[in-house]
Order: sequence, then C-alpha cells, then structure tokens
Amino acid sequence: MKKIMLPLAMVAVLALVPFIGVQYAGLDYLFGVVIPYAAAALFMAGFVYRMVDWLRRPVPYNITSTCGQEKSLDWIKQDRIESPSKPWHAAVRVLSEVLLFRSLFRNNKAEFRNGPDLAYGSSKWLWLGGLVFHWSMLVIVVRHARFFFAMPPGFVDVLDQMDSFFDITLPAFYITDALVLLAITFLFVRRMADAKMRIISLPTDYFPLFLLGGIVGAGVLMRYIAKVDVMPVKDQMLRLMSFSFDPPGEIGALFYVHLFLVCVLLLYFPFSKLMHMGAIFLSPTRTMLNNSREKMHVNPWRQPMKIRTYAEYEDDYREKMKKAKLPLEKE
Amino acid sequence: MSKYLPKQADLIREMEEKPSPLKGDHAKEEWWEMPVEFREGNFCFAAKPEVIEELGFPNPRKWIATDDDWKLPDGWQKTLMEGMRERIKKYRSLKLYLDSCVRCGACADKCHFFLGTGDPKNMPVLRAELVRSVYRGDFPMVEKILKGFAGSRKLTKEVLREWYMYFYQCTECRRCSVFCPMGIDTAEITIMVREILQLIGLNNNWILAPVANCNRTGNHLGIEPHTFVQNIESLVDDIEELTGVTVNPTFNRKGAEILFITPSGDVFGDPGVYTMMGYMLLFEHIGLDYTISTYASEGGNFGFFTSNDMMRKLNAKMYHEAERLGVKWILGGECGHMWRVVHQYMSTMNGPANFLEEPASPITGTKFTNAKATKMVHIAEFTADLIHNSKLKLDPKRNDHLRTTFHDSCNVARGMGMFEEPRYVLNKVCNSFHEMPENTIREQTFCCGSGSGINAEEYMEMRMKGGFPRANAVSKVKEKHKVNSLVTICAIDRASLPPLMRYWNPGVSVYGLHELVGNALVMQGEKKRTEDLREDPMTGFDDKEDDVD
Repeated sequence: MKKIMLPLAMVAVLALVPFIGVQYAGLDYLFGVVIPYAAAALFMAGFVYRMVDWLRRPVPYNITSTCGQEKSLDWIKQDRIESPSKPWHAAVRVLSEVLLFRSLFRNNKAEFRNGPDLAYGSSKWLWLGGLVFHWSMLVIVVRHARFFFAMPPGFVDVLDQMDSFFDITLPAFYITDALVLLAITFLFVRRMADAKMRIISLPTDYFPLFLLGGIVGAGVLMRYIAKVDVMPVKDQMLRLMSFSFDPPGEIGALFYVHLFLVCVLLLYFPFSKLMHMGAIFLSPTRTMLNNSREKMHVNPWRQPMKIRTYAEYEDDYREKMKKAKLPLEKE
Repeated sequence: MSKYLPKQADLIREMEEKPSPLKGDHAKEEWWEMPVEFREGNFCFAAKPEVIEELGFPNPRKWIATDDDWKLPDGWQKTLMEGMRERIKKYRSLKLYLDSCVRCGACADKCHFFLGTGDPKNMPVLRAELVRSVYRGDFPMVEKILKGFAGSRKLTKEVLREWYMYFYQCTECRRCSVFCPMGIDTAEITIMVREILQLIGLNNNWILAPVANCNRTGNHLGIEPHTFVQNIESLVDDIEELTGVTVNPTFNRKGAEILFITPSGDVFGDPGVYTMMGYMLLFEHIGLDYTISTYASEGGNFGFFTSNDMMRKLNAKMYHEAERLGVKWILGGECGHMWRVVHQYMSTMNGPANFLEEPASPITGTKFTNAKATKMVHIAEFTADLIHNSKLKLDPKRNDHLRTTFHDSCNVARGMGMFEEPRYVLNKVCNSFHEMPENTIREQTFCCGSGSGINAEEYMEMRMKGGFPRANAVSKVKEKHKVNSLVTICAIDRASLPPLMRYWNPGVSVYGLHELVGNALVMQGEKKRTEDLREDPMTGFDDKEDDVD
C-alpha cells in the first residue's frame, strides 16, 4: 500500500531529522529558533492568504442547500437552522457545523442486500470520532498556553485541571492525550478497513494523521516516559514569544522532534486539506440565506445579455399564431 | 420495451454479484487505474450537429461516445484548463469545494448512482476527485516536489472520458451536500464541468435539443404556438367530457392578473397532461384571472444542465413576457429543476422585476412575502393557502382509489426547501397517504435517477440503476401500506418515474399533485363524477350507487 507507506516514511524521516540534527550535529539553534519562527510566520501568512484568496472570489448565485422547510406561509413552521432566512439563523447553522458537526450527525450507512434491497442504518461513529478528535486537539492546543505565557489566562488552568481529572500518573495523566490517540487510530483504521474509505483515501489523507500521531506520540513520550525537563522548554517558548533570537538552553532531543513536527504541520497546513478549518466558515451552501425569492441576490459580474425576444418569436410564427387566433403585437 | 433496458433478472444479477465497495469488497486497483468503458446503455447520444449549430456552440460534428476518435478540437486541453481557471475565479463555491474536501467519506454511500451501480467513481467524493486530481496538477511546483503524494494527474483523453461519463451520472440532486460536514455541493462541480465540456463539443442531445427548441419555439418539446393552443384545447374538451364543466384558459392575453407557466411536459406528456387538467379545474373553480403564454411556454430550463448563460437566456423569457403582457405576478406549475432556477437564480440572473407587483392571492388576499423580489409563486404554496382559507370545495373520497406516497423532488427539496405545502395539499385531497422510510424523503430524498437531462431512452440501463434507491423506498410502502400511487411535483418525475415503477414496482402509477386536486375539486355545475381525470373508475362512486338512490 504505497499510499500509506509513503506518508508513513515521510513522517518517520521528518521525526529523525531534528533528532539527528540536535543529538549529533548540535543544530539546537536551527531547530529551536530559526525553524519555529519561519514556520509560524509562513503558517500565519499562508492561512491569511488562503482565506483572502477564497473571500475575494465572488459568490454569483444564491446556492443555499435547504435541509428544512423554507419560510413561506405564516402558518407553516419554518426550519430556521436548516433553511435560514435571517443572518443569525445561518450563523447558528454554521456554528453548529463547526462546534457540533451537525451535518455529520445525520450520517447513515447504506447497506446493499440481495433481493436487491437497500437498508439505512444509523452511523454516528464518524461523527463521534471526528468530534473527539477535533475537540481533544483544541483542548491540547489551549493547554499548551502554559508554555507560551508566563501567566496563562485563568481558563487554561481550569481546562488543565479538568483534563487531568484522572490523576493516576505522575505527572498527571491528561484525558485528551488518550482520546486524541484513540481518535487518530480510529480515523486511520476506518480508512484502512472500510472498502469505500480505502479507495477514496490519498497519501495526503494519511500524512496529517501520521504527522499528528507523531506529534502527540513525541509529546506523550516526553511527558510520561522520557520525562523531559519542562523548565528549559518553557523558557525557550517564552523567549520565542518575546521575539528573542537567543539560543535555547539544554533540552532533550525528543522535544525537538515534537517541536519540528509541529513546525512541519504549520508549514503544511495552509497548503493542504487542513485548510478546511477556515473553509467551513465560508461554505456558500451553509452560510447563505434561503431568501432568494424574497431579496434579490446580486451577481457582481453579470453582463447584459441578448435573448430571443417576443418580437422575434412573433415574426417567425405570425401566420400560425393568426390562424390559432392568438393576439398579435403586429398584424 | 426499450432495447436499452436490460432484463430485470440480468440487472439484479449484476447488482448482486459484481464486487463493489458498497458491499464491502476491497478494490484491487486504485480508482484512477480503473478503465472507463462506454457501451450501449451507459451513455447518452451526443447532440446532433444541426442542434449545436443552431445554438452557436463549438465543435458541431457527428460522433458517439463509443467512437475511438471523439473528433476533439485542437488544443482541447488548453480550452478546458482555461475554462476551469476562469470559473474558479468567478465562483467561490467551485474553488472552495475543490480545496476543502477532507475525504471523510460521509457522502460516499449517499449518491443514488453509487447505490444503484456500486461503481466507486459514483461516490460523490470521487466524482469531485476526478476534477480535483487535475486541478491539483495545476500547481506544477507542488507536484514536482511531491510526485504521487498529492494524487494529481494530467488531463489526458482517459480523464476526459471519465469526466464525460461520470458528470452525466450525477443528476445535480445535492443529496451528498446534505451530509457533507463542509457543505460541499457536488452539483456545483458537475454544473461547471458540464459547462466546460460544452466548450469542446462534449454534450448530450437529450439536453441540447430541448434547449434549442425552447429558445426557438418557447418550450422544450418544440411545440409551435398553434399546436400548443390546440393541445390545451383538447384537454379542455377532455375536462368537459369528464366533468361537464367548461374551463376557459386564455393565451397571450394582455391585462390578465397572473401569468401561469408550467413545464411543457404538462401540456404534452402523459401523465403530465392530467396535472394540467388539474390546474385548469382549480383556476376555473376559483375564477382566477390568468393567462398562458405560448412564447414563455416552458417552466423547465434545460439551460441549467448546459451552462449558466444558457439557463439565464431561457429563463429571461418569463420576465420578458410578464412585462409585455402587463400581468401582476407569475404563478409557476409543478416542476423540480424549474423551481431551483426560479427560486435560486431567477432574480439574480434576470431581475429585478420591478414591473411586477408583490404577489398576493386574489382569492384569499394572502401576500406571498417570501416571493416579493422574484414575484413568482409556486402552485403548491398557492393551493395550500387556498385550502387553508377554505376556498376550495374538496371531496377527498374521490381519490379513495389511490393509496398515495409522496416523492420529494430533489431540487424543490434541497434547492428550495418546500416540504410541507405539498404534503398539506395532498392530505386535504386524499384519504390515504403514507410516507416512505425517513432516510429517503424530505431533505434526504432520492433522485428519480433521470434528473438533470439524462432522461434519454438510450440511457435506460443507467436510469433504472440510478433510480433504484427511490424505487426501493417506494416498494417498502407498497408492501406495507399497499400504496399504488406515487405523487410528485415535478415534470421530469412524471416522465421518468413511470418507467422506473414499471421496472421495479409494477402496479404503482405516477401522479402530479394537482391531478389529485383536480380529482377532488367539487366544481360548480359538474355532472356526476365516476371516473378520475385519467378515466380510471373512482371507488365508491360507481353506477351502482345510482341504483341505491
């Protein structure tokens, strides 16, 4: 399976690069200062570029996908979220996609049986797995604020405590660490096991999964097993946050693996399918209002157009129309 | 029976025995390694040269998809790539939907063509990948560094054959878009690909011949004005014979309050004509001041399946005629894609229609505020309002010989959001209505398998496969509730569902909603009704009752 082995090998090589670089070539400065700055800058520039690139393209037609009753007669109940007619309806629709994966929740599985017959079963695993994956990632990213700020905002602490509710290891075990690894495994396994998923998957689908798996894996190793000293890590992150170019202190090579893979992710992000993070806020079928008969939507590039007019039509058919006693403009 | 229609036993054997990811069989090859095979029954005939010439489209010639040489113009790759780039600039939707798919697979088993054929390239995600793979190759630098990684490919003849095959195995029904967490609408991609394929002369006669007809004569069927009038007058005679009531439609009449436009299939096709009779009975019943145009004599719009410019050009006739006749607003008949166009494109393409008034029912006074810009009202909205205000005298028992279910047309469902009005009307005009299973109705409704201009005779095999999920859902209510009538509000459905039902569910007939309204309407001065509009005997109204009286 080339499309799985190629991205797996890529991530393995990418993980080895900083390990060798720091352990044997003493490239701490490159991997601890230069690359993180470059990656962060390119990520931000790339993300903004992609968003602007989408936004500057016009939306010539109203193409709302209506998944519920339109607003029509007063006594018919409108489905305000699935057939939004006011901006706040659409805002709820989009936010419920972003936060709760509303459309995925509808998912079902079609099963073909001999007969022939089709049956549709409930299928919420993708919704659950996706939700666990994305929310865990978010919590993990927010948790990391304690490395980037000397005094992280209060909610970060609360989140951290909630996440380490099961205080069974030293340092305290994070629930999201386990959840995200489980979710990544699930997302990978379903791409392998399901015949439909296997044929639609591309190397670019496996790569981010392996990359995130590598990042989380290195992080987990650092925290629970190798127990990398966090103080110099935090010092280095605070230095980066204050745009300092001072060299990093003595940190274990495993940290550089973690950091470098994050940098790779940041670089890869704006130019890949991961941009769905921004795209979901712009999808015209979901953001637009189903009010296209109520309010004229303007197409910015509309040009005047020549049509076949009634006059031309009557010219062609006048005799026949006369015989059929149809009223005419010109006798 | 059509020679393009496979024997049912053969088709079932193929569906059951052919390995497919739908049934959990892992494919031995990658999708881009799977060959594209055109054979009788799986493609529509190309547009005739004279049709192409009449429309002024490029590359008129005689060819057929099974030919080795498609007689493509020189530089066709460049034409297609430039056409694609231009549209990516003009449509955010296209760019966004090419960029943002994560291949999560939620759409995979939602397409009726995938469910009916098991062909992996009919999974919406792969249908779009057919284009995405070429689009990604449009960034040569990325591809040079990461060869094979991004899954990109060149626009070869084989890829072109894929496009021509699979973008005509998509009916732009938008069912996949309902399930997509990103809201990606494959219809947007299909519309664009069909549009650029026109640029090099890859097309479909069943779409372009009606387009040319519609432009010239005013309607898809190419009916000239006098014949159009004659045909409606013969329906008037039928109504008189059946009910004893004379209805009086007028044509091209200036000063009428309302212009009524419906698909020409309702004027010429069986069973559409019965729906037309229903409309006319309804208008007579309420004394509506309306007229029918022979120039804007088509509600449907096959331009929608051709290019956005062509859609606009054909649609423009509605406003042009409404303005000439000086009507107040437009009432539209039952049709699927017609209403996608009217609801979502019309005012943007050809508005504002300031010469019209905000539509209000002359009978109930209800203002249709949801149509105040476009000024066009759907007949189901109009009739629902009449019934709600008790303006119709209805005897639903007259439809007791029909045990009904309702097929939501894709465009009206997912491109308009009209679900309740037709159900309300149906429940008021008949006593037996049963919904199909929940994953097959409303926003999850299945296409008839022949939408978006692939209702061609030579495409029968694909249509029976693509329509299978719909037919299968009907079979459930047929078994459980003895349903014998499939009611729709779409002219394409009325043309395409009868053969589908004959094939998969013999004994189920297809009706338009307003045909049932016409059956149920108690008209002033009518004679005793014992037969419905298609001259089938009604239950409980037979002559025996006369003896009892």
